[in-house]
Amino acid sequence: MTNSIVNRPLDILRRFSVTIILLCICLAFALGSSDFFTTSNLLNVALQTSIIAIVAIGMTFTILTAGIDLSVGSVMALSGAIAAGLNVRQGLDPFVAIGIALLIGMLIGAINGLMIIKGGIPPFVATLAMLAIARGLTLVYTQGRPIAGLDERFIYLGTGQIMGIPVPVFIMVVVAIIAHIVTRYTPFGLHVYATGGNEEPTRLAGVSPDRIKLAVYIISGFTAALGGVLLAARLWSAQPNAAVGWELDAIAAPVIGGTSLFGGVGTIGGTVVGAFIIGVLSNGLNLMGVPSYYQQVIKGVVFILAVSLDILTKRRR
Amino acid sequence: MSENKFYLRMEGISKAFPGVQALKDVNFYVARGEIHALVGENGAGKTTLMKILTGALSMDSGSVSLKGSHVEINTPTDAQQLGISMIHQELSLIPNLTVGQNIYLGREPRWKISAFIDWNRLYTDSQELLSQLDVDVDARAEVGSLSIAQQQMVEVAKAISLNADLIAMDEPTSSLTDRETEVLFDTMRSFKKRGISIIFISHRLEEVFEISDWVTVLRDGSLIGSEPIKDLDEERVVQMMVGRELGEMYPKGDVQRRGVILEVNNLHDGRELSGVSLELYSGEILGVAGLAGAGRTALAETIFGVRPAITGDIELDGSPVKINSPGEAIRLGMGLVPEDRKQQGLFLNRAIRENIVISALGKLSRFSFINFSKADKLAREFAVKLDIRTPSLRQLVRNLSGGNQQKVVIARWLTLNPRVLILDEPTRGIDVGTKVEIHALMNQLAEGGVGVLMVSSDLPEVLGVSDRILVMREGKVVSEFSREHATQDNIMHAATGGKVNSDK
Repeated sequence: MTNSIVNRPLDILRRFSVTIILLCICLAFALGSSDFFTTSNLLNVALQTSIIAIVAIGMTFTILTAGIDLSVGSVMALSGAIAAGLNVRQGLDPFVAIGIALLIGMLIGAINGLMIIKGGIPPFVATLAMLAIARGLTLVYTQGRPIAGLDERFIYLGTGQIMGIPVPVFIMVVVAIIAHIVTRYTPFGLHVYATGGNEEPTRLAGVSPDRIKLAVYIISGFTAALGGVLLAARLWSAQPNAAVGWELDAIAAPVIGGTSLFGGVGTIGGTVVGAFIIGVLSNGLNLMGVPSYYQQVIKGVVFILAVSLDILTKRRR
Repeated sequence: MSENKFYLRMEGISKAFPGVQALKDVNFYVARGEIHALVGENGAGKTTLMKILTGALSMDSGSVSLKGSHVEINTPTDAQQLGISMIHQELSLIPNLTVGQNIYLGREPRWKISAFIDWNRLYTDSQELLSQLDVDVDARAEVGSLSIAQQQMVEVAKAISLNADLIAMDEPTSSLTDRETEVLFDTMRSFKKRGISIIFISHRLEEVFEISDWVTVLRDGSLIGSEPIKDLDEERVVQMMVGRELGEMYPKGDVQRRGVILEVNNLHDGRELSGVSLELYSGEILGVAGLAGAGRTALAETIFGVRPAITGDIELDGSPVKINSPGEAIRLGMGLVPEDRKQQGLFLNRAIRENIVISALGKLSRFSFINFSKADKLAREFAVKLDIRTPSLRQLVRNLSGGNQQKVVIARWLTLNPRVLILDEPTRGIDVGTKVEIHALMNQLAEGGVGVLMVSSDLPEVLGVSDRILVMREGKVVSEFSREHATQDNIMHAATGGKVNSDK
């Protein structure tokens, strides 16, 4: 007990090390560019970050079980295309179309989960295959062409505002709060951590790790589909090549935010902060006029620094 | 005595795994409030029987009844609901969760009419459980940060929280110190008073005789006997377990020790060792005893170059050497059989022969290509020499029993003809038969002129095997005893810091 009091400052540093990094980056940009710390720019950053943050939140669940979901980028494109297609080609009500797209995202997640738990295929391989399959289906469905002409209400989801806050940011906050509550306060959340920590004792405690895994891939499929729909809404159209490579940012966000790729450790808050580190970096470097080729290098270096600091503070026990 | 007095009756239990009949028509009865020891060599079927009892495995045939009525146990949850819980050999706690989360995993207390966990209640209840057991552990602490003994007590607390009246403990003492074992035994005795039955699996017969009321012996999946402890002695139990006369438990030849082969002076590692000095003679077995945390493993690992030495000199054959890595130690003719063979000693997913020859690849290769026929021959030679029991040397080491795994580790060192062999807990978790073989092998090596340094927490082993015994405490060697003068008492005395007359 005494120990925990003595170590309080270090504990705080450890818990919020990534947040501190985010604040430092913001401070650096605020000093480097007068445009950075303005309401409109900050809202812009939030808007740019919101979609990747939503997808990263679902990804966090899979990583917490020591899994991974590489298919999220393709699922985003497919669900965006399906929502747009049903709305534009079939004339379905946009919300019905979106509902169907979200269900398809969950269905793909369930297929990922079943391949992993029933087929015994490693998550990396199963979802890598799904990355190819879902992208292929997107190209088939769209015939390789964008689907434009979305209903106004559809577009509103990506471009509208509620009380001055962009709708996607609003949705991200809701998703993050729900995910936080689920991981922190429900038995399901605890069982996700338990499954990622050690499966056998979890099973012996009467919890089915298979069911937990199935659920996390469905969650990841859902958030990817939601992200895909919002992306289509923001771009006023579904692009066949939307979100190519986004799985990398969706994985980077939780990992920067302290989620262990070995499973069992990580928080939703960390993931959101991780997503914002990625978002703020792109935005700030653009504002400062750093050429985009250099931006990639700087981003990579900052990721390494963020993750090393996290590892270093955690090692000191 | 009527048959109904039995709390648990398992009858005609059979279970086959591919290639092995793990259990053959076994009957097993446990009375209420009894501590019932279940013993047998590795692979005798003890763990399988317990896994069937606790729903972790299904049986092929047989029946189980509790308190006189037939029960079906198909899942761990079924067992829990019937008041049966098991403390597994490999601790079944989840390191990244807290103590409280582990105790209540799968049956978290919730807020009224909601899906949310009542964390306050979970932590107050677990803290209360722990204090009932006199365990000084914070319920909010992460399990990964606890010692093995503390984790063991968390397991016990978990079993109690399940309102278990039958607790199966699979090798609960294998990684506990003597003092921790006593605490566990006190807990077991108090359970017994409360009418809780305990099934106790252990390789340490002294413990079996200290704590149990009844002993059941299994061998090769069959029931050999089940008798009250007072009708048995150790020799008889061992005989039942191995099915033959074992001869002496600690055979000891007349070994002539020769010159000093290894000399260590004032070794510090900056953490656990504070100035260790010792001499190891060629042809002797030097035992190192001490409590957990006394620095025994640190000593073995520092000599072998696993951990860096801050100060101190090591001389081999009279000439000073610097050992900064295990590779250098190996080149100097040393070997270390590590404490945790699965983590530190073996490539579990590789074949036996690869595990045996891996350190000798240098002499088995030409132009960087491995000569496989030579490697095969070498592996076979040592597998035969050490009597590693397996249908094929291509078998994965993962599938071997603990005793055979340990033989593989030792075989690997023998391929290099070491001059100094350090063994850290050489027989932990290993059945009696194999234990005797390993001791005989150590004697053989000593006879051949090897200096053998053995670290062990098993006092009878230290006393039975060593020619000379060093006792460590707080990172130093505090006493030395000759084979003739060493007793359990004076070693424990020295290890715990009591005053004692040592030979020097």
